[in-house]
Amino acid sequence: MRLRIGILALQGDFVPHAMMLKRLNAESRLVRKASDLIDLDGLILPGGESTTMTRLIEFASLHQPILTLIASGIPVWGTCAGTILLGKQGTDPRVRSLEAIDIEVARNAYGRQSESFHADVIIRELETPFEGIFIRAPKIVSIGDSVQVKGKFNDEIVFVEQNNVWASTFHPELTSDVRIHQLFLKFCEEKKR
Amino acid sequence: MDSPSKSIQENQSNQSFDKKVATWEVKVGLAEMLKGGVIMDVTNAEQAKIAEQAGAVAVMALERIPADIRVHGGVARMSDPKLIKAIQDAVTIPVMAKCRIGHIAEARILEALEIDFIDESEVLTPADEQYHIWKHDFQVPFVCGCRNLGEALRRIAEGAAMIRTKGEAGTGNIVEAVRHMRSVMEEINVLTTLPKEALVAKAKEMGAPLDLVIYVAEHKKLPVPNFAAGGVATPADAALMRMLGAEAVFVGSGIFKSSDPLQRATAIVRATTYWDDPKILLEVSTGLGEAMRGLSLEQIPESERLAVRGW
Repeated sequence: MRLRIGILALQGDFVPHAMMLKRLNAESRLVRKASDLIDLDGLILPGGESTTMTRLIEFASLHQPILTLIASGIPVWGTCAGTILLGKQGTDPRVRSLEAIDIEVARNAYGRQSESFHADVIIRELETPFEGIFIRAPKIVSIGDSVQVKGKFNDEIVFVEQNNVWASTFHPELTSDVRIHQLFLKFCEEKKR
Repeated sequence: MDSPSKSIQENQSNQSFDKKVATWEVKVGLAEMLKGGVIMDVTNAEQAKIAEQAGAVAVMALERIPADIRVHGGVARMSDPKLIKAIQDAVTIPVMAKCRIGHIAEARILEALEIDFIDESEVLTPADEQYHIWKHDFQVPFVCGCRNLGEALRRIAEGAAMIRTKGEAGTGNIVEAVRHMRSVMEEINVLTTLPKEALVAKAKEMGAPLDLVIYVAEHKKLPVPNFAAGGVATPADAALMRMLGAEAVFVGSGIFKSSDPLQRATAIVRATTYWDDPKILLEVSTGLGEAMRGLSLEQIPESERLAVRGW
């Protein structure tokens, strides 16, 4: 059975995620309403603008259904804006977090677009570095005791996991390197069993 | 963490990696993040906050919206950096600003201001009738307008990381944006049906670089995100442009020339996401108050049309 992965498709770079999944022979479903969350083996929250996604999650009444899905143990992975949405609620009311992983995230923490960059990232499960693309990226500024570090850019924590939730501040979907998506699908496969 | 890769990680942890900034990937990357969203023209911090509250993915900071540029006449230039700075301070979403076509110095000023995206725009009075800016030389990404595929590919060759239709800005009339998007999409479709040798002739005919023509033929899309702009005034206009292939939508005068900007802006954001769901389009289109008045194209003399600026 092919894995069926939902990708939150309210706004942002959900199409590159879908193309990655296609390359890896997984089925993807664009999620824009609560009924799209049924019968998924995993969920990806893509990059984009977290303020915009907050407004659209509210409009579509998706907050609680996503929380229910996370609570059921299905793997969920956020990239960039997705990480902001999964982390703890910050002080800015323009973004409403799902509070699904015990991390504090600072938005636009490197600065404006002129500070966007790419750089090699060390991923725990990968033998060679991964090219991380950071677009107006957030920083993970603190992690709780039960959060594990999956990836670092020099000394900065850029990829974490806690139970069934993964969060990365960079964009594997914008590269041609499928390795992290492969790991996520493997994780979904294990959880499914 | 007792996987076999632990020792590898320890070996690698001694290395220090450098940041590469302002690369093509990073420029196009921001355009990717804006997909499925609405970029709104704003003229002050207050409007910028309304746009953000409505769910805009970015704002375009300018002194006068296109409809007022039309009325005002004279030479339209880059906005005062003071105004742009106030807008940058008011919101957390990306802030774009316009420079005149070919005005390298205005673009350098916007770059120094750390603007997130520069729009080399026909809405302002062109500074150079012969050349557009060589955009690869800049740290910040550029968006440029087009009326057809050849024009889009010339701008991409110069370094534009995002393409939008020109439409006819400040009219509240979608007809030109539709014409330009249809033209681009149809030309893309034609390229995918042609043998390689015909692409060389096509490249010559369109005045576009062959490598980009081949890219489009192979991938059936532009190598950068393809957005719609110029004349969007209603949620249905935004949805229409998405149906025709636009990956995101710019709204200029349509929001703050309407009777209830926040409500209209919110509705356009929702219509851009749910462009293929008629029930939601019906819901968000209902009871929005008065749209901007709008202009038919026949009312605009050839000399006052903005889309013909640039080549």
